[in-house]
Amino acid sequence: MSTLSGKNYPAWAAYLALALCLTAWPAAAGTDQARIAEREVLSNGLVLLHSEKRVLPIVKISMGIYAGQTEETAELAGLSSLTAALIKEGTVSRTADEINESIEFVGGGLSAGGGGEYTTISLSVLSKDLELGFELMSDILMNPTFPEEEIARKRAQFKSSIARQKEDPGSIAEKAFNQELYGNHPFAWPPEGTEESLDRITRAEIVEFHGKFYRPNRSWMAVVGDVSRDEVVALVDRFMKDWEPGEPARDLSVPLGFPDSRKVIPIDKKITQANIVLGHPGVHRSHPDYYAVMVMNYILGGGGFASRLMDSVRDDMGLVYDIRSSFDPHKTIGAFKIVFQTKNESASTAMNQVLHEMERIRSEKVTAQELADAKAYITGSLPLRMDSNGKVAGLLASVEYFGLGMNYLEDYLEAVQGITEDDVLRVAREYLDPDHFILVAVGDQDTITLE
Amino acid sequence: MMSKIWRNGGFRGFLVAALLLLFQGTAFSAYPVHEETLENGLKVLILENRKASTATFQVWYRVGGVDDPLGRSGISHLLEHMMFKGTEKHGPKTFSQTIKRAGGIDNAFTSKDYTGYFQLMSADRIPISMELESDRMTNLLLIESEVMSERDVVKEERRLRYEDDPQSLVYEEVMAAAFKTHPYHRPVIGWMSDLNSIVPEDLVEHYRTFYTPNNAVIIVVGDVDPEATMKQVRTWFGGLPPGPPLRKAELEEGPQYGERRVTVRKEAQLPYVLTVFKTPALPDRDGYALDVLSSILSEGRTSRLYKALVHEKKVALSAWAGYDGLSNGPGLFYLGGTAALGKTAPELENSLLEEVERIKQTPPSEREIQKAKNQVEAGFIMEQDSIYMQAKTIGAFEMAGGWRLVDQYVDGIRAVTAEDVNRVAQEYLQDNRKTTGILIPQKESEESL
Repeated sequence: MSTLSGKNYPAWAAYLALALCLTAWPAAAGTDQARIAEREVLSNGLVLLHSEKRVLPIVKISMGIYAGQTEETAELAGLSSLTAALIKEGTVSRTADEINESIEFVGGGLSAGGGGEYTTISLSVLSKDLELGFELMSDILMNPTFPEEEIARKRAQFKSSIARQKEDPGSIAEKAFNQELYGNHPFAWPPEGTEESLDRITRAEIVEFHGKFYRPNRSWMAVVGDVSRDEVVALVDRFMKDWEPGEPARDLSVPLGFPDSRKVIPIDKKITQANIVLGHPGVHRSHPDYYAVMVMNYILGGGGFASRLMDSVRDDMGLVYDIRSSFDPHKTIGAFKIVFQTKNESASTAMNQVLHEMERIRSEKVTAQELADAKAYITGSLPLRMDSNGKVAGLLASVEYFGLGMNYLEDYLEAVQGITEDDVLRVAREYLDPDHFILVAVGDQDTITLE
Repeated sequence: MMSKIWRNGGFRGFLVAALLLLFQGTAFSAYPVHEETLENGLKVLILENRKASTATFQVWYRVGGVDDPLGRSGISHLLEHMMFKGTEKHGPKTFSQTIKRAGGIDNAFTSKDYTGYFQLMSADRIPISMELESDRMTNLLLIESEVMSERDVVKEERRLRYEDDPQSLVYEEVMAAAFKTHPYHRPVIGWMSDLNSIVPEDLVEHYRTFYTPNNAVIIVVGDVDPEATMKQVRTWFGGLPPGPPLRKAELEEGPQYGERRVTVRKEAQLPYVLTVFKTPALPDRDGYALDVLSSILSEGRTSRLYKALVHEKKVALSAWAGYDGLSNGPGLFYLGGTAALGKTAPELENSLLEEVERIKQTPPSEREIQKAKNQVEAGFIMEQDSIYMQAKTIGAFEMAGGWRLVDQYVDGIRAVTAEDVNRVAQEYLQDNRKTTGILIPQKESEESL
């Protein structure tokens, strides 16, 4: 936002919260347009998703690679992010400067990001520059050289970023929460690693990580915009013909445990607000209860001003600017959390209200109106989530990762519409636990009182 | 305003977006915006964009932080929050719920110069927005208990965005020092002490003064037919009575006699530097050269600041420049950065100033100029992917002097030469226009002393 933002939490928040749940629907839902893209597996194992949109002379590409944090060890935390940050820093035939100058001179964008469940590569170009962009993208994927000097530079930059995050109480709280919740799972550590783990990573490990995981049969590529399927395949044939398959991706499933009781983690920082994260394990994306949980969460705290938490803790009590709950789904695990900030002295009052709302949605059915409203938004807002090429490309990449299929929009609509008040009550009881959770409170511990 | 944007170093992105998306593909003539003004003075701007079945409906009021009375800073922003608190016809809490039920999203924003409200949804549901927006343009309830509760919410917002964020505090301090007579001196969110003194009567007065059809602009972008949309707008807004004409004071900032400096000592990890230079605002011709200058310094990995400060000297974690020329008051040229771990504020500041000196002494290369222009043109086409950004661009230009300024903008950018960039750097990036803020990180114990 260009401006001091308004009455709401940072703009788009509600929207993004739902986008994370991978909800989407084409403009022409329910018609023969419901298939969101054409999907095929190329001979080297690369999955290609293609959606032709000719209105604007632009092409957006969103790639995913099984080379995320889940392939790291705790010892070498940050390896995925560091590798992704380095692939643009020089290839066999191009210096970093040449790569950046080529793409920036034509006003395009090429970026890579590691960490999380998978590494992403994004390309954004005018269609006249697609060949140039595709060649650069292929080059950084296949031929990075990882010069020692650049590794040292990126390592130092990562450490500076880690220091900067320590100024942000919200990110301190989030890190502490993840560490406790995820235990032995790689999501326990931050994607950028730690000062110590970054020092342990050598060039040999980066080269090995890249060589092992940046492979076509571990990758999927969504192409959306002013280009035909045949043109895309021709580009792949031309620029990725030497990209050899490697070890296939494996499923990493580590079940998460609930804490034995309420586990409180206070972190002292002399600031005006208590930054609270409360939560426990949630559901994974492929779980049959996923959609019922999504509807329940919308009513509890995922639906912005249509949610109970915002209604009571902000609108009625004036205690917060923003409060929200979310079920973050991953492929094999998930997390539930409630996040808010309030002046230190109000922390206890706000907490009690939050727990009250958790109890309430577990003890009585939501009203028919609440359920109808939640479904109306979740289904009715689908066109908004697919109204740009960039959004469609990102969505397709996620749909592929979670294995939701090209008809997933129809499946989705059907699933949401079938949910009843009883379903909501059942999943609230099953997936919300007001007695076993982790509570992180960053703020002035002399003033915060949490019993 | 602009706090979010310049802090992320992406301010220029906004201006570029702002410009570019107003032009269709090939020719650089303005988008075919349908413009009409109703008898009650309400201006309507409609832009057809049929690439998807969605549309955005927006109402912009010509009121912002500059209009807050003395001792009541933050009132325009608080009123923006109160606009969601209901009317006789549509009770409290119903606005956003109604929009969401229609599958839409909504929000609002307040800047130093204006306040805007928007919804995004399927285009066929836009009349729902019209009904709600026309109702709250004249029938807002400002109930005391609701005002007091929302004032608390805004105080939490202030704590979140400013008091607990040391870099934002530097911004607030720099603006307060850069402007003495002009109300850009005060933060849009308001000083905490002013927020504490605002009472419901103040809001009633502010609302009656500024929320009138003749002080508002409606902007619609998306899958809509302009004629049919105008008909709906007339139905919902045509009958609203106009308010008395507004007489706004001419606001000026007096002369400055040398560099101003402020220091913030707060618990933090990394030093931070923010410098602003007062400049002309668009459509002053020099604005275009200032915009190209910011692009050469700051746009992308091949920009001068990134290459010199982040890559080569490793003195900065981030370094950036930006030009805010869409402004009713003076324009601003920003320059700043966050120090790399182990580097000091003076090291960072000196490196920033070296780059300024370099471009003051020697004009940039032709390739740098051409790259900046290419980025503007590509960005313009890319931004057409978003109807929301298109509407915000039309609105921002309209508030700063008229949406047609975008026509001049592209011509203006295309005419910029290397010598122009060199000249505006010399003319505007100098001490009598400059205010610098420095964040000196303190350990917790030091701060409490």
